[in-house]
Amino acid sequence: MTTAAPPLPVPAGPAPDTADYLLEVRDLRTHFHVMDGTVKAVDGVSFAVKRGETIGIVGESGCGKSVTALTIMRLLDIPPAEIATGEILFEGRDVLALSDREMRALRGNDIAMIFQEPMTSLNPVFTVGNQIAEAVRLHLKVSRREAMDRAIESLRLVGINSPERRVKQYPHEMSGGMRQRVMIAMALSCEPKLLIADEPTTALDVTIQAQILELIRRIQAETGTALMLITHDLGVVAEMVHDVVVMYGGRVVEQGTVDEVLLQPRHPYTEGLLASIPSKGMRGARLNVIKGTVPNPFNMPKGCNFAPRCPYRFEPCPEHDPRIEEGGGPPVACWLWKQAPGHSIPQELHDQQVAAARRAAASNTPATTAVPTYHEAPR
Amino acid sequence: MAEDARPPPRRPGSGITGVLHRRRIAEDLIEEGQEEERDTEVALASMSQWQLAARRFRKHKMAMVGLGIFIFMALSITLVPVFQPYVFQNIPGASKAGGEPPGEVTRLVDGQLQAQPAVFGTTNEGRDVFNLVVNGGRISMAVGVFSMLIAGFVGVVVGTVAGYFGGAIDNMLMRVVDVFFAIPFLFVILVAARFFGRGDVLSLVMIIGLLSWPLIARLVRASFLSLREADFVDAARAVGVGNLRIAFRHILPNALSPVIVAMTLLMANAIVLEAFVSFLGFGIRDTEISWGNALANAQEGIRFGNWWWAFFPGMAIALTVLAINFMGDGLRDALDPRSRE
Repeated sequence: MTTAAPPLPVPAGPAPDTADYLLEVRDLRTHFHVMDGTVKAVDGVSFAVKRGETIGIVGESGCGKSVTALTIMRLLDIPPAEIATGEILFEGRDVLALSDREMRALRGNDIAMIFQEPMTSLNPVFTVGNQIAEAVRLHLKVSRREAMDRAIESLRLVGINSPERRVKQYPHEMSGGMRQRVMIAMALSCEPKLLIADEPTTALDVTIQAQILELIRRIQAETGTALMLITHDLGVVAEMVHDVVVMYGGRVVEQGTVDEVLLQPRHPYTEGLLASIPSKGMRGARLNVIKGTVPNPFNMPKGCNFAPRCPYRFEPCPEHDPRIEEGGGPPVACWLWKQAPGHSIPQELHDQQVAAARRAAASNTPATTAVPTYHEAPR
Repeated sequence: MAEDARPPPRRPGSGITGVLHRRRIAEDLIEEGQEEERDTEVALASMSQWQLAARRFRKHKMAMVGLGIFIFMALSITLVPVFQPYVFQNIPGASKAGGEPPGEVTRLVDGQLQAQPAVFGTTNEGRDVFNLVVNGGRISMAVGVFSMLIAGFVGVVVGTVAGYFGGAIDNMLMRVVDVFFAIPFLFVILVAARFFGRGDVLSLVMIIGLLSWPLIARLVRASFLSLREADFVDAARAVGVGNLRIAFRHILPNALSPVIVAMTLLMANAIVLEAFVSFLGFGIRDTEISWGNALANAQEGIRFGNWWWAFFPGMAIALTVLAINFMGDGLRDALDPRSRE
């Protein structure tokens, strides 16, 4: 991981050179029209994935990580979902403009996905071999026999012992970790260029988690597949990814290389996330949390989504909505780093404000003030 | 993996399974020796859900009794007529008003009059009631089986389309189903049999089949509504499987359990319906023989106190329907994934 990584694209400006991006998401907005109103589950998300690289999408439950992934795969039911605006470019082709037939050819073959729940992601009535072989036969012109051989090979690739016998087994005969390996084998059976892993280890216990992550990393190194890793585990992010996208309330609040984001978090939310990781040095102390809850998805704040919970909130925050692509500056959706409309504070003053707010927050004890204390990231 | 979920190693029994089982153990031992790392999780015999269900069914006593009776009936009605020495439609037996009680009768066989056993007695015209039951069963069972298949096929297709695609299609199809449930069923059957029936098996099969699919359609749709949200459906779509294939190959096998149970009960119901419709004279025409027909004609004999004429066809219906219901009960328990012994 290099600290001097090339800057991420800022899609609001003129279109950057797209040649070396495998996947580009530009200003994606996915809304759900339900009985109580409209939920803007994804509300202006942009990021890009390079060939063979790993991008981590981080954020708490309900921030739109999974919906982003499902939108890229076009697995959402339309309606109730609606892709209001945005472009998803995969190798320069607009995924959203593809026909259903073209999309089916893309799924599994070029973009594969691993789901969160290995226990329920396999069809209980077919052997695992049949399921992998089906995925193979959908995309490659091979015989039943060859497809089964390929299934055996991909099971071997994910470290399953005696795959010749395993292919004849049914999902209910396997453990959770084993099933997730099967899911990974199925996803990799057609050698996709991009693998989307939606919290692949959340449902597994800790030792198996480590094995599965190690497996994904090894396979990625061997096959050169790009990986989009969706997680809420910052430890996983630190170990696995090149670039990080931090999401909150359907928006990207901060993005950058893993070192930039984890070592020098700029957005108060990222800072809060990092501070809430329990560390060994804090034994006995109360765990830091981000006060408050995620805003009601039907009724998002007018200004910054995070403003109601933000310890550094100041005048423009409740009124004006900071966007990551707005007004230059670092890739952070926060008025501390950008010039708010009508609040033309020079950059220098900004920096002083940030420093002052940080000092103020750090000097207060959590018990006597509403402003939460953030410790430095435990790294 | 939970200990109870794993099928216990099968006893090396006799027959083909025993041979296969022993060979599998032998292969396992050979492979085991070649591996550096022993994989203890691989069970000896891998069983599909259907195989597991079959195993549970075999342990269900009442279901096995039902299956036994059903197989016995099926074999009787298919095999006995093949071996009988005379044409059953017209037997010049000892014609006696009210017929003969169970015992011996004199019949013309190969141009000679012979004393032959008539275990179920005879009818007015000297017809053998045993033959009525056996030959009538062919038509009654055929009506049961084929109307079940038609209802099953139509119901599964309609239910699948409605449940998988949802929306306006679902709404339309389910309103049709509602209409079917709103009309008194027996009345419609009678009217349809009166106007469309020609007294043959085919038309009766079509009428019963095409009027009883809505039940199946509702069941299939209900299963689909929950199954189409299942993770494995998303996973299948994520590898690029198309809509029709997902609906019929991925979801349908998971939705079949309640349908299979309902279809057995539908079959029992169809046999009763045939008897009922034929009894009222709207079903199978008089020149053919079915259990319902036999019962209808037996009304003549009842006047003379000739119980055997009505009793044996009636028993045949009751026994068959009971056996099928037992089987349905066993299937329900066997196919329920939550009922593990």
